[in-house]
Amino acid sequence: MTDKIPLTGAVPSFASLVRCGAAVLALGFGLAGAAHAQQQALPASNAPQAANAASSGGLTGSVTDDSAWRDLGIAIPSFPTDRPVATGAEGGNTEAVGRNLARVVFNDLKFNGLFKPTGPDSLPGIAYAEVTAPAFSGWRARSAEMLVQGFVKGGADGRLTVGCYLYDVALGQELAREGYVVKPEDWRRAAHKCADMVYSRLSGESPFFDSKIAYIAETGPKDHRRKQLAIMDSDGANHRFITNGQATALTPRYSPDYSKILYLSYLDGRPRIYVYDIGSGSQRLVTEGKGPTFAPRWSPDGKSILYSMAIAGNTDIYRVPASGGPSERLTNTPGINIGGSFSPDGRKIVFESDRSGSQQVYVMNSDGSGQHRISFFGGRAATPEWSPRGDQIAFTHIAGNLRVAVMDPDGNNLRYLTDSWQDEAPTWAPNGRIIQFFRTEKNTGHTSIWQVDLTGRNERRLKTPVDASDPAWGPVLP
Amino acid sequence: MTPKILTASVVLASLALAGCAGKPKELPPQPEAATTTRTPPPPPTPAPAGPVPGSQADFLASVISDTIHFELDKYNVDTESQGILQSQAQWLAKYPGKKITIEGHCDERGTREYNLALGERRANAAKTYLVGLGVDASRINTVSYGKERPIALGSDEASWAKNRRAVTITVE
Repeated sequence: MTDKIPLTGAVPSFASLVRCGAAVLALGFGLAGAAHAQQQALPASNAPQAANAASSGGLTGSVTDDSAWRDLGIAIPSFPTDRPVATGAEGGNTEAVGRNLARVVFNDLKFNGLFKPTGPDSLPGIAYAEVTAPAFSGWRARSAEMLVQGFVKGGADGRLTVGCYLYDVALGQELAREGYVVKPEDWRRAAHKCADMVYSRLSGESPFFDSKIAYIAETGPKDHRRKQLAIMDSDGANHRFITNGQATALTPRYSPDYSKILYLSYLDGRPRIYVYDIGSGSQRLVTEGKGPTFAPRWSPDGKSILYSMAIAGNTDIYRVPASGGPSERLTNTPGINIGGSFSPDGRKIVFESDRSGSQQVYVMNSDGSGQHRISFFGGRAATPEWSPRGDQIAFTHIAGNLRVAVMDPDGNNLRYLTDSWQDEAPTWAPNGRIIQFFRTEKNTGHTSIWQVDLTGRNERRLKTPVDASDPAWGPVLP
Repeated sequence: MTPKILTASVVLASLALAGCAGKPKELPPQPEAATTTRTPPPPPTPAPAGPVPGSQADFLASVISDTIHFELDKYNVDTESQGILQSQAQWLAKYPGKKITIEGHCDERGTREYNLALGERRANAAKTYLVGLGVDASRINTVSYGKERPIALGSDEASWAKNRRAVTITVE
């Protein structure tokens, strides 16, 4: 952001957003849905402004993250406050919250293997006035190449105002700044937005930290697994179980606006897809059709739902308006046609079918026309998911082991991203640069969620309270 | 027969018990007979400790097996399975009021969603065969558990072969 609107503390120019937030809260989505993190204009620092190069530094191609930015050393000292006041945020007063904010920014970057961050617990604190007047010489002496400084202020309405500045230490320049006004319970989102700003400005990529994941929490022995629907932030925080596990739950998908989750439940004894409303806690069947239903998916605009239904042993893919109504059958071949992931423009659907005799990946137009196979590299190919960028399709390749792989949308350029005994069900980060999937351990059946970048080199396990499978990554929050 | 016993005891224990407990009225009315007449007691039933006729336990004792198995990624009913299903059809012909649920299962070496559909296809293949033997389709329900409910817990060929199965359970 390069605007020079001075920070006023109050938020009169955001009245419409505040009203919007209040309306959302009244509908019950305040905690569970996609509440806005209000953008707040910040004063410029006293450092020279770098030309806004966010759009010029973008990477092209799909395997380009051996870029130099990965090795940038970034110092992230604690975010000071103008005066310590009590807040409803974790940590208590704004002084403690400021330290936690910097920790979250540090952990976001560190956990994802981005840059070489140094966090507030290894750095001296800074004064409030220093946030916009960085002591560059001191940071140069620490060999920091980039510097993230922020502040936090408690408002009279209980909300927090968080500022985030990114500086190039060597050049002594301000590269970017953003401010956010959040409810105290949303304090982590301000830190994720800050981490997103740093990541986007330095890598040229779209942000992804301020997002959420739905998944299946698993407990119990292999022959008696309890499988519960659960949600968490992209860093594993704010974990919450949605179902109690009495009925097995599988394969969730967050709606693009985070207000609903599609998932499979054995609630009535048979596998059926439900549309669960997070705000109200109510749910309904995706279809009154007679057959068992599987593999739910949202269209990118959230207006359509794909599901797969078995009739007399034959499974086909159907589309139904998210608001309900009659379903339209998209596939009509003997065998199992299942899944389906829309291209970002909503015009095509990549799906899985065994019409050739084994599971393979096919593409069709969104009305079901033009079905053609794209996977021709031996073995079986399953669970295709179109990248939010449109340039890749992630899927599970089965040739003995199950491995997560990507290919071009025309089926060319197969590349494996993982090499373990059983990795399946990839889901894309909202920026199309990272993939999560779940890994099953041989014999024990233990499951865990992992993520890997498009080089396949940076692979990490997500921390979850219990075993975890079927991750479904939602978009970046507004 | 080990798979059969395991199936009954591990997977179906609650259903089997429910099936037995739900049918006390079908027990022979021996006390009434004894109090209303002084005629000599009737000859002992052939198997006084045997399963209640028409119960899940009776089903298990009467059929070759409650379980048929499938080849990797296949859903066709092979010759051995046909014999098993024929024995199930005979029992069902004897108890025309009984309904069944056929559970379809897969081994763990496939993706979760596909295996749900494949399990449904396997259960349906067993159903189709039973219907071909004269069992009314309305008496047969199917449910797929995909790879979510293995009966053999190893990650090896022998375990996977046991897990690729369709299991028949009597429900009423």
